[in-house]
Amino acid sequence: MLNKTDRKLLAAVADLHTVPQGAFNIRKNGEGIMRRSTANIEIVPKADKPGIDILVKPGTKNESVHIPVILSAGLQDLVYNTFEIGAGSDVLVVAGCGIHNPGSSEARHDGVHEFFVRKGAKMKYVEKHYGEGRGSGERILNPKTIIEVEEGGVVELEMIQLQGVDQTKRDTEIKLQANSRLIVTERLLTSHKQEAESIITVELVGDDSSAQIVSRSVAKDDSRQLFHLNLRGYARCRGHIQCDSIIMHNAKVSSIPEISAYHTDAALIHEAAIGKIASEQLLKLMTLGLSEKEAEEAILEGFLK
Amino acid sequence: MLELRDVHVTANDETGTVTVLQGINLTLEDNKIYVMTGPNGGGKTSIAKTIMGIYRPSRGKILLDGADITEKSITERARLGIGYAFQQPPRFKGIKVKDLLKIAAGNDDNGLHCDLLYDVGLCAQDYLEREINSSFSGGELKRIEIASLLARKLKVAIFDEPEAGIDLWSFQKLTETFAGLREKYRGTLVIISHQERILRLADRVILVSGGRVSEITTPEKFLAEIEIVTADCRCRTDCIKGEVANA
Ligand SMILES: Nc1ncnc2c1ncn2[C@@H]1O[C@H](COP(=O)(O)OP(=O)(O)OP(=O)(O)O)[C@@H](O)[C@H]1O
Ligand SMILES: [Mg+2]
Repeated sequence: MLNKTDRKLLAAVADLHTVPQGAFNIRKNGEGIMRRSTANIEIVPKADKPGIDILVKPGTKNESVHIPVILSAGLQDLVYNTFEIGAGSDVLVVAGCGIHNPGSSEARHDGVHEFFVRKGAKMKYVEKHYGEGRGSGERILNPKTIIEVEEGGVVELEMIQLQGVDQTKRDTEIKLQANSRLIVTERLLTSHKQEAESIITVELVGDDSSAQIVSRSVAKDDSRQLFHLNLRGYARCRGHIQCDSIIMHNAKVSSIPEISAYHTDAALIHEAAIGKIASEQLLKLMTLGLSEKEAEEAILEGFLK
Repeated sequence: MLELRDVHVTANDETGTVTVLQGINLTLEDNKIYVMTGPNGGGKTSIAKTIMGIYRPSRGKILLDGADITEKSITERARLGIGYAFQQPPRFKGIKVKDLLKIAAGNDDNGLHCDLLYDVGLCAQDYLEREINSSFSGGELKRIEIASLLARKLKVAIFDEPEAGIDLWSFQKLTETFAGLREKYRGTLVIISHQERILRLADRVILVSGGRVSEITTPEKFLAEIEIVTADCRCRTDCIKGEVANA
């Protein structure tokens, strides 16, 4: 069952304060502990490896599925989840992983998520990472996400990690067929000695497909961040990457853009910027009565919202 | 009442140390409107920034209601009731108009925020939820900046060229807003401006040039003298004549 720590983790990664409405699967310390399917969304454990299959019936509208993972001990968890988002459906998928590591051994979750977003389907996928615990054991998260979007599909991805994860390597691959659309919002905050790496590769293979990636990050203390955002246009398509980082203290941030076109009607843009908080912004908020620290917090909070 | 006594400010640029203000003496009384004017680069913005605590004097004192605030930080001065609307306000990423007004007013009062935007000629519906980012035009940014100062309860409010970039249609509304402040406002109002219509609102005009206060006078007198200066400039009248002749 769920204890106080579990509830806190679930609130942080999936905004869950009670048992969610709709379908859900809660995985704790390597095992599925609570599960519910609905008439339109079926969750089935995989027979050959750890993980679940999530099957959304075609035409399902305005339903959600929550599949949070929590770790409250130093252990290694590996999971494979497959999502079948039926044609013409419109659903919200909330994943996310929260780690409370009280001890000295590492707590690690590696998740492989594979999505098939069928014709004309619309999916919003929210993935939050959160870590806590006073133990010296590292908190590590390595999600791999593969998304195939069929004709006319729309995918909105929100990837958020704002606290407590020592090491993360996020690898996201997306393929877009004709008329499909992708919107990615990434928010990342690292502090202390944390390390984060995000690789996003988008292949625009169908005519009139489009992708927009907005990545914002803040690197504090001695943390490090690496972004490798990659757009490939194979058809008449549009793609735009905006990668914006605020660097503070002794942090290091690298942003490696890559855009490749294999078609004359592919229009791809990459914008990347790294810099400290603009001093005029701090001054303006201080003249309104905030202290320097409060001004800094207000600017970072707005930036990462 | 705000006093500057023999205030000197220096700054460092690529060429070394430059003198920005040299011996500013000013007494700004409550319930009065001052318009500060003078040539570009004369030192108006620098005086405002020094009052706000953004620039630190190398010599001299600043007093608010008799208390020495020379060593006080920007934040402390803001909390004592000094406010400055920037000549070039910054843009933010992620901070919305309503967030800025909330910080400025110290509350979330939606009705108040609407009134403030109305006072600067903006429609709240269109603006409250907008981020103050590069999508804002120069004029829109200036209006938000003015609203952020109107939101505060101030003893000394300084507006740095509030009319710059504001279109002609809205300029009338803006002058009315400032004229209205005279009724509403018990503190000291300082407007830095080059506009005759704003100058006419003043109780006193402060002329700043070469890092000094060169004259403190009435708007009527100031505007009369300006015409004499123009007429005296032979080179300029010749140019204008030349242009007319060529046209
Ligand atoms: N931080 C600084 N570093 C170097 N020089 C400065 C600095 N601030 C002001 N100055 C110089 O001081 C002088 C006065 O500048 P200030 O901005 O106060 O003029 P102003 O009267 O407001 O002009 P304008 O009408 O163009 O706004 C200018 O020559 C300017 O270059
Ligand atoms: Mg100026």
